[in-house]
Amino acid sequence: MQMMKNINYKIGRTTIVLGLLLIFNLGCERDLTDEAVLATFPTTAEIYTDNPVGLTDEFFISFDPAVGANPEAFGTDDNESYEGTSSIRIDVPGPNDPNGTFAGCIFRDRGEGRNLTGYDALTFWAKGSTTGVLGEVGFGVDFLENKFPVNRANIQLSTDWRKYVIPIPNPEKLVQERGMFLIAVGSFDVLGNDDPALADSFSDNSGWIVWLDEIKFERLGTTLTVNAEILDGQNLVQESFSNTTTTITGLSQTVNLATGENVTVGVAPTYFDFNSSNPAVATVDENGVVNVVGQSGTTTITAVLGNNQAQGSLEITALGDFPLAPVPDDPAANVLSIFSDSYTDVVDANFTPGFGGSTTQASVLSIGGEEFVTYENNNFTGIMFDNNPIDGSAMSFLHVDIFAPDASTQVEFQIRDIGSNQEIETNEFTGFPTGDDVDYRVTLNGLTPNEWNSIDIPLVGNLTTQRNNLGAIILVGGPSFILDNIYFFTE
Amino acid sequence: MKQMKILKSILACAVLLAGTLLITNCEVDETQTVTNFENLVMADEFDVDGAPDPTLWTYDIGDGSAEGIPGWGNNELQYYTDRPENVKVENGLLVITAREEAFDGSSYTSARITTQNLFEQQYGRFEARIRMPLGKGIWPAFWLLGNDCDINPWPQCGEIDVMEYLGDAPTIVFGSAHGPGYNAGDSISKEYELENDRFDTGFHVFGIEWGPDYINYYVDDELYQQITPETTAEEAVDNVPNPGEWVFNRPFYIILNIAVGGNLPGAPNEDTQFPQRMYVDYVRVYN
Repeated sequence: MQMMKNINYKIGRTTIVLGLLLIFNLGCERDLTDEAVLATFPTTAEIYTDNPVGLTDEFFISFDPAVGANPEAFGTDDNESYEGTSSIRIDVPGPNDPNGTFAGCIFRDRGEGRNLTGYDALTFWAKGSTTGVLGEVGFGVDFLENKFPVNRANIQLSTDWRKYVIPIPNPEKLVQERGMFLIAVGSFDVLGNDDPALADSFSDNSGWIVWLDEIKFERLGTTLTVNAEILDGQNLVQESFSNTTTTITGLSQTVNLATGENVTVGVAPTYFDFNSSNPAVATVDENGVVNVVGQSGTTTITAVLGNNQAQGSLEITALGDFPLAPVPDDPAANVLSIFSDSYTDVVDANFTPGFGGSTTQASVLSIGGEEFVTYENNNFTGIMFDNNPIDGSAMSFLHVDIFAPDASTQVEFQIRDIGSNQEIETNEFTGFPTGDDVDYRVTLNGLTPNEWNSIDIPLVGNLTTQRNNLGAIILVGGPSFILDNIYFFTE
Repeated sequence: MKQMKILKSILACAVLLAGTLLITNCEVDETQTVTNFENLVMADEFDVDGAPDPTLWTYDIGDGSAEGIPGWGNNELQYYTDRPENVKVENGLLVITAREEAFDGSSYTSARITTQNLFEQQYGRFEARIRMPLGKGIWPAFWLLGNDCDINPWPQCGEIDVMEYLGDAPTIVFGSAHGPGYNAGDSISKEYELENDRFDTGFHVFGIEWGPDYINYYVDDELYQQITPETTAEEAVDNVPNPGEWVFNRPFYIILNIAVGGNLPGAPNEDTQFPQRMYVDYVRVYN
């Protein structure tokens, strides 16, 4: 009996020892050396549950009050939550709030950043005190580098907790991200009449409350990219001079969610991989900036977002170096110059008067040591020298060199004399001079594209008898052109 | 002798251990009838490019008017054709394509192929491996109809929907049965929701196991619904002839189609991109 027990025990112990040895052999790995460094950043998914998770002590980092952001709007609410005990509460200001008329903030990771490559969406629960609209929600903005922003615009809330999804385009780019969350929300449009062009239309809005909860990154596995776009999906064709740049804009991704809804998000260029079919003509960088490096030839710029080819393209033909305007040959003694590198200008003209309703972008550019005035999207604007009017009695013509991008370019020049009261007076309904003002109008058309066209406009019509207080040249249409060598002269 | 006793006790331990393992792995719920139909009776692997095998498949054509049910009974919007634009076999797959195009008074075309009068079976396992289309208004299905609907008008002839899917809910499929008192809006039906995945990004297996007094519905390896004569008797409405009668006791044939629009899915909207395709890797029937 005694012996049997012993034998049984021995077998048992051998089995145990063998078993343990086996476990050790299977589980045994070499220890990490002290020099080993973590290859990736933390993958923490939660941003806010009942408390902020891994965020800076400041928690709500508000947008700049200088742009109207109200830093007092943010807080938490222990009486409302989707899950748990607390939620984030935004008391969105009304249109007259002295502390700021909208609420906007970001949350930033308190560490070096998170590795988000394993997630495919940012999700959160939200409700509103009324069915207001979140102007913008997103991530990737950290107010430091802002390298990979994504934003979803105009999410309408309900008064009930609902879940919202912001898909992550191409998560493999997000190896180290500090911008965890962004939200911007304005007053509630009670009458549904808000119009960004009419500042007045917001004055009948009201404040409201937004609650947010369970903000986190998730790997849903249930989203599908159904579209990606550059240039809003358009195929554009343009000609550009060498050493100029164009930025690819209009970037978005549309994702189908498990709910069947399609969500479109604005996407930073850094998520896309851009390609130039002929890099000798133009290159494109990771920010979508196209640089025309060649003197001739054509290239097509396209992009890929993750595995999806983006709709839209830009075909660019290089035009060579931008040509300088012809050097005027009128003797200086016969010239009163408004803008020219060849003469001393007698006035300091204002090229950006900012007329109400004007869509014009005008700027003075320097290329190759010469200055030009470029106009884009001109409906109406003016070259103003009414604070220092020119006596043109001895002058016979207005000279202008105009560079037209295509054959359809046409610009009306209205040469304005502002009369002895030296004030510009215009009938705001008809656009015609009023008071003691007169003008003479000529439309320049039939211009040769991609070349300087030298035009001499005679000072005739109403200017025949009144041109001693020339104060402005009003420019109508175009819509895009470049001017140089603007001066009055006589022969 | 001592050694024999030791050996016996070791053996006893081993048997005990093995027995425990067997018992813990084998869960048999008293209320389920589990069977395996392993004898392959019919298979279409869709390996020959061109039109679907005419010895197995025929076509329903039109918008249903010719059958006396315009809109195929559901206010569906498509006109079914047998053109390759709507149905063909290619690269090892059956491809049914729904298109937005004007055709004979309809705004959409698609295809509905069936094994009516070519293949039918009573009981057994009916299975297909399918990848779904996407979009509001898109309604693909893999289903069976009783073979005597001309003498016993539907729902008396019975309908088994092995898989239906609505394109605006890409993670959900449902399986149903229709019969007297439990048809159309009153059909017996259950949804299956895919976790962390969608039905339009890959292939999944949809099937039924059907015996004299049960139909089991499964997706991939998950059984998600069982219907029995007790179910139909219990759930049927009773203001019809033969309410709740178990009608799944005759041969049924197979149907594969994509419908566009209709009472269940609603019409396509501006987000629905055409063409939309359902890809079927195989259809297999066992007994």
